[in-house]
Amino acid sequence: MDFISILSIFVLACFVGYYVVWSVTPALHTPLMAVTNAISSVIIVGALIASLAAGSGVAKWLGLVAVALASVNIFGGFAVTQRMLAMYKKKEKKG
Amino acid sequence: MEHVASAVPAWALLAYLVSGVLFILALRGLSSPETSRAGNRNGMIGMGLAVATTLATHEIASLPEIAAAIILGGGVGFIVARRIAMTAMPQLVAAFHSLVGLAAVLVAAAAFLNPQAFGITDASGAIFGASRVEMVLGIAIGAITFSGSVIAFAKLNGNMSGTPILLPARHIINLALLLAIAFFTFGFWHSQSAMDFWIVVGLSFLIGFLLIIPIGGADMPVVVSMLNSYSGWAAAAMGFTLQNTAMIITGALVGSSGAILSYIMCRAMNRSFISVIAGGFGAEAGPAGAAAAIDRPWKRGSAEDAAFLMQNAEKVIIVPGYGMAVAQAQHVLREMGDKLKHQGVDVRYAIHPVAGRMPGHMNVLLAEANVPYDEVFELEDINTDFGQADVAFVIGANDVTNPAAKTDKSSPIYGMPVLDVEKAKTVLFIKRSMGGVGYAGVDNELFYRDNTMMLLADAKKMVEEIVKSMD
Repeated sequence: MDFISILSIFVLACFVGYYVVWSVTPALHTPLMAVTNAISSVIIVGALIASLAAGSGVAKWLGLVAVALASVNIFGGFAVTQRMLAMYKKKEKKG
Repeated sequence: MEHVASAVPAWALLAYLVSGVLFILALRGLSSPETSRAGNRNGMIGMGLAVATTLATHEIASLPEIAAAIILGGGVGFIVARRIAMTAMPQLVAAFHSLVGLAAVLVAAAAFLNPQAFGITDASGAIFGASRVEMVLGIAIGAITFSGSVIAFAKLNGNMSGTPILLPARHIINLALLLAIAFFTFGFWHSQSAMDFWIVVGLSFLIGFLLIIPIGGADMPVVVSMLNSYSGWAAAAMGFTLQNTAMIITGALVGSSGAILSYIMCRAMNRSFISVIAGGFGAEAGPAGAAAAIDRPWKRGSAEDAAFLMQNAEKVIIVPGYGMAVAQAQHVLREMGDKLKHQGVDVRYAIHPVAGRMPGHMNVLLAEANVPYDEVFELEDINTDFGQADVAFVIGANDVTNPAAKTDKSSPIYGMPVLDVEKAKTVLFIKRSMGGVGYAGVDNELFYRDNTMMLLADAKKMVEEIVKSMD
């Protein structure tokens, strides 16, 4: 992929993000932050590439630490979001 | 530009695209509580797909180590997520931000040390010019996110005072640091010098730290949102380096999400983003105003008075704030609400956008206490109803109810949208003592109004007593 195609994806995704986030109800802004946290840990892809590669030992270890950190976020972020979302209930079914 | 990374098979590129779309759907689901749980599942599937695709398209030389790292990190994350108290959510989110930032730093450093693995080198082994800029941007934003989030965490968690720490000439220092980062970024782009690279990393850690220490506790919702945004941009920059659509789409989503939340928070405080970042809010306003205010007459009420007033009311609007979170009063508050509802009183909750320490903080706490979300309203949806309310019950909120924001041009919070609680027939205001002022350091006009009754006690104890008096 050349730089312009990647940039196009990025710019369009920014617009998608803009409209999608404005449609999030303010009541769910805390879960929004928790879940954006979890998905931004997709940086684990880079961490995996670094730790899978043969070659530079230091780079591999940096990658492994990054994999562990990103995993904290992925599991933690999705789990805490799920926990929060499970608490939002409507009037009818009172807990 | 011929990149080695384009050796990634077409199906993998599609898989990354699908996972990017799943992340969009994860956020889309949050438009209502009913669809949000399915949205979260989409996010998990997207993440699983991205990880599986990466593992499937690379030669795996070190599976046991990777599995160990995922199990270790994932286990820690999962346990923390299960155990954390909902009141501690702001610190948890700040801590998570710092981890994303640090992960971005490590990935960028690994890409610099072993660029062949990332397919970003030309035939002579030099890193592509564009990739140099992308990775140095990724590592700089990651480092700022990390050190800034660590400070935000320390402030939110109480390891560090919430009062702003103001260095003399801090704007000049920050500006100089930014210019230096730009200079060494240029240097790295020009010569791929390792020294320039590590200098940028060091300076970025430093500026992240310096940016957050002057920001006061009340501005934390903006800071947390801003760092959320940064963590997204860091991921996007690394996505450019790796030419990975899942990372780019996610980075753009998270980056815009954090930016929009920062904007919403700034608007709710009537402050410009620049002035929040410049910091120092609440430090200058001295205790002079508060001292003078003690002499003014005000009315004190008891739990019995409050119970009587609310039981005989038709409409009660409860206004929770950060003090409710600190006192952990949300559960007993819901009990009080239930008792009132059984007696036919219309009970609703009004939430100011900056109540609490992060966007939506109060909503989560009320949801935790089993308050149905359709009884909880945002400022613009409920503000006109205070005129018809018999009682406005303010618990742990202060600045967001201050009528001076509408009338007193000299007030530091002038122009900030506030909840019109003073329009209710009676205002019940829970506060520990008359001495303290809100986070903005300003006295609240509301305390001295004829229709205000002050309930001086710990929020939780007071509500417990009110509940007892209702029997």
